[in-house]
Amino acid sequence: VGTEAVVSTQSTGFTLTYGLYGCSASQRLRQSDEVNKQLDKMGYNIGVRMIEDFLAHTPSAKRCTQFEEVADVICKQGFRMFLGIVPEVRNWNAAKDEFTLLLTENPLSEFVELPPNCADSLWYSNIICGVIRGALEMIQMEVKCTFIGDTLRGSDSTEIRVKFVKILEDSLPAGED
Amino acid sequence: VVSTQSTGSSGINAEYGETDMSQDEEFKLVYGMLYSLKSFVSRISPATSDSFQSYSTNNYKMSMYETPSGCKFVMNTAVEWSPQAVSEILHSLYKEVYVEFAVKNPLLNLQETIESELFKSKIETFINTRIREM
Repeated sequence: VGTEAVVSTQSTGFTLTYGLYGCSASQRLRQSDEVNKQLDKMGYNIGVRMIEDFLAHTPSAKRCTQFEEVADVICKQGFRMFLGIVPEVRNWNAAKDEFTLLLTENPLSEFVELPPNCADSLWYSNIICGVIRGALEMIQMEVKCTFIGDTLRGSDSTEIRVKFVKILEDSLPAGED
Repeated sequence: VVSTQSTGSSGINAEYGETDMSQDEEFKLVYGMLYSLKSFVSRISPATSDSFQSYSTNNYKMSMYETPSGCKFVMNTAVEWSPQAVSEILHSLYKEVYVEFAVKNPLLNLQETIESELFKSKIETFINTRIREM
């Protein structure tokens, strides 16, 4: 009981902190578009470091050879480790390079209601897209990650579309060959 | 001597003295050599994916541990050290020192040489503890 209480205080704290940031960004930037971009950028910066934390604590994670494995690891290990949820992977396209993440619960938006002026345009949890993009880039995979639905905006479900773009090649730093 | 390098790898000379070139030159040399070796090793290998672990001379063994995110940890040890021991040490170094004190420090630019005294001292403590346990 003690540990559970601690964890839920921590995650509530995180939810509230994220909410405050979202609020202040909204007020400062005015346009939802800008806020969305800002959240994505923040997520990206978090993601490029978060991947190291993830890899250090998941030594069994090996190089994925299929994009399907990547999706699986993101949900079952990544999301679980950092947000305590396990999204579902859905709606693969024919080429198997695009899928949807269905979030049945979202700890970030636990206490949130979107005001009418941004209820159609703000992707409240856009930080998650940035995190996925940043983390995958550090393991040489370029992806596009966007929200396609959010229960905060009245959709039936909260969904993120992840599309594989390309493998990033290893390159020597400039000045060496 | 503890040293860290701009491409996110850290080189540690645990026992003997320093080499007679500047740290910068040494880093470039080591990095270039490891890059070539990695490429060579995987091309020659009969397996589909293989990676370079270490080389030994009469006097030392240089081992490398690379994470899937491209972070390389390089350590020189005595020749007798087993590859498993070194690999385990480097992985723990990654997990307990690099992730905790470098990655999680938002003030550190990981693309540049890491100057943080805290990070360096944590590495030293970690290595000294491990050496005593060997």
